[in-house]
Amino acid sequence: MINKAFSFCCTCVLLLLSLIANAQQQDTEKGPVNEFFRSNDKIYVIVGVLLIIFAGIIIFLISLERKISKLEQRDHQDRQ
Amino acid sequence: MAKHWWKALAVLILTYTIIAGFTHKIPIIGTNGQSSRGLYFHVPMWICMYTMFTISVINSLRYLSGYDLRKDALASAAGGVGVFYGVLGFATGTLWATYTWGSTFTSDPKQMLTAVALLIYMAYLVLRMSISDIDKRARISAVFNIFAFALLIPLTYIIPRMVDSLHPGSASTPGFASKDTDNNMKMVLYPAFIGWTLLSVWIFTLVVRYKKLELKNIFK
Repeated sequence: MINKAFSFCCTCVLLLLSLIANAQQQDTEKGPVNEFFRSNDKIYVIVGVLLIIFAGIIIFLISLERKISKLEQRDHQDRQ
Repeated sequence: MAKHWWKALAVLILTYTIIAGFTHKIPIIGTNGQSSRGLYFHVPMWICMYTMFTISVINSLRYLSGYDLRKDALASAAGGVGVFYGVLGFATGTLWATYTWGSTFTSDPKQMLTAVALLIYMAYLVLRMSISDIDKRARISAVFNIFAFALLIPLTYIIPRMVDSLHPGSASTPGFASKDTDNNMKMVLYPAFIGWTLLSVWIFTLVVRYKKLELKNIFK
């Protein structure tokens, strides 16, 4: 279960990296997405930065919660 | 899944806080500039800290009324998370002060007294670590916790409001009160309080469950 989830995450990260590597060839000034991120003195870039950090913290908390739940279940079985 | 809805709510509210907090229109007043947006992130840290220390002192009182070690685990977990949020609030505050007050550490009463209050709570954590006997540790630290909470409120809330201070919310600058806060900012500020508090409670429950697992042989 854990190995499957881990390999899935690794695949996603590697896919994302290959996409970023591909995107380096592209123009980052044209297109609606690039214009959006460059508007208002690039404030949306920092909004994105904070959202990434926040998402990371939440994913970490969820994984921690799952690990603790698993330990609690094991503990509960041991007592019975 | 049904019992996790409030965690999803916290994530939703905080995502809204981050996006709206950085992008919506705020009034630009004096030297504050755009740094007033710190209101959505700095002030909720203190709300979380007060929430945690209140949980902590309540559980210390419950421990002293029945000597149940589970209550002591709750009190110590809340104390630890509360100090964590206090340090975050202090760090964000000093960064903001550097560029609006002109100095990282000023002789501002609110800043000084908050540092004192945080040191008292850090002493609570150190006191816990210094006593190896579990029952003795629980009793002494519960009494110390009540003393610390009795100091926390005057140090961080009452005295800074009685004397002149640079910090908004003191005698000469009663700013950020409910009547003179911009309505646009309230739309983000109040959800931010709820979202950050829910997140702190989530972290607190995780720490409690970890502590209960760690001490399961004693609790049996």
